[in-house]
Amino acid sequence: MTEKPSTGNISLMKIFLSNRGNLRNFKSFVESLDLSNPKRLEVTTHDKWVTVHPANLVIVAALAIQAGKENTEIIGHIPETGRYLDRMGLYELMNTPSPFAYQKKEEAGRFVPIKLINNSDDQSRFISDVIPLLHLSEKNALVVKYVIGELVRNVLEHSLARDGAVVAAQYYKKTNRVSIGICDTGIGIWKSMNTHWHPRNDIDAISLALTPGITGTTRKDGGTAENAGAGLFFIKSIAKITRNYFVIYSGSAQYTLLKHRKRIKGMPRLYADPMRDPHNKTNNSPSFQGTAVAVDISLDETPEFNDLLSSIGDFYDKAIRERKRAKYQQPKFI
Amino acid sequence: MKKNIILRNEIGDFAENKDTAKRLRIGIIMPALLVGDEVIIDFEGISGATQSFIHALISDPIRDFKEVAFDKLVYKNANNDIREIISIVYRYMQESLVGNDSDQTGSER
Repeated sequence: MTEKPSTGNISLMKIFLSNRGNLRNFKSFVESLDLSNPKRLEVTTHDKWVTVHPANLVIVAALAIQAGKENTEIIGHIPETGRYLDRMGLYELMNTPSPFAYQKKEEAGRFVPIKLINNSDDQSRFISDVIPLLHLSEKNALVVKYVIGELVRNVLEHSLARDGAVVAAQYYKKTNRVSIGICDTGIGIWKSMNTHWHPRNDIDAISLALTPGITGTTRKDGGTAENAGAGLFFIKSIAKITRNYFVIYSGSAQYTLLKHRKRIKGMPRLYADPMRDPHNKTNNSPSFQGTAVAVDISLDETPEFNDLLSSIGDFYDKAIRERKRAKYQQPKFI
Repeated sequence: MKKNIILRNEIGDFAENKDTAKRLRIGIIMPALLVGDEVIIDFEGISGATQSFIHALISDPIRDFKEVAFDKLVYKNANNDIREIISIVYRYMQESLVGNDSDQTGSER
């Protein structure tokens, strides 16, 4: 791996885009971030090959938008594969002209470049007009619409982000997989959960947010008229059943749901407690003022959506029932 | 009396806009149930819906009107995916209602 170029003692955010930018390595990507000064951003890449998951891309984009274009740059030697950053629209957000020139026809591909979604009308337009860029079958498009619909809505409703949700997605033909990244620079999950749940720290807040039936808007069973505490649990479960990665990064915590091994037969088992799922987590990552969520969806592994929902829904009911029962009074035996 | 909500007139082919769900709930569904009217929600032309959308549309009617909501809310032309999501919301809302006081609502009304 190449050394990250140094900018001396000037305090700024530094992000290095490596040649291993997938969700399996999300934890190391997060640990490599220097977010010390949100007012300036400097991006460097591996000098021979750069691979960027939409998760990494939307984090860079969200921080660039927050810092303001004039305070951002991409420096150092960018390899030919860095052309992808241009295609995905990153250079448009940075104060560095793209070194890549290419024919418009090369832009045809199955990806959703970086998009900003500021309100529910933007979201509906994105769902109807932009997701078709992935050229998925109706069945597969439905899963992607569902995932993006829920995740973007979370940002619009809970993040209080000034700049809305930053979204990008990519279809990978070789693995028949869609990768989705969504990021905001809002209040983060801890603050969002704190009003009703008082999590001890960022990783506890993420854990609560992933637990079925827990919403940041109330402690009441059944949630409110607007929120049930199901959205993130459903998305994590979709990732688990389709044997994929799912990540959340907020504040100083990151949680990665690890891939369910293919050699384990049968449908992966769901758990109400995200810490029972195979995962890695940290609670001392560089502090990120906001939330990033990303998921991979293997289209080969995706059952009929109806069956997928049914399995998750059944488990959700069970989890809600168990949560209620846990509150029941117990007889006193002597 | 019957109230018809033709969702395709309100949203695109995928139902995810909770603002629209809230508007329909407050503007049409709750007032109709209050006077005992039947509400037919027509999903013709809708390919899918998020759980959040369906929750925002019908959870409060179920919480506040219980049996009246079960009796008077009718879903038309819902495909299997949408039926599954509606069923999920019905199940967990009934589960959450058992043993709860009626003042445990988060209604904005």
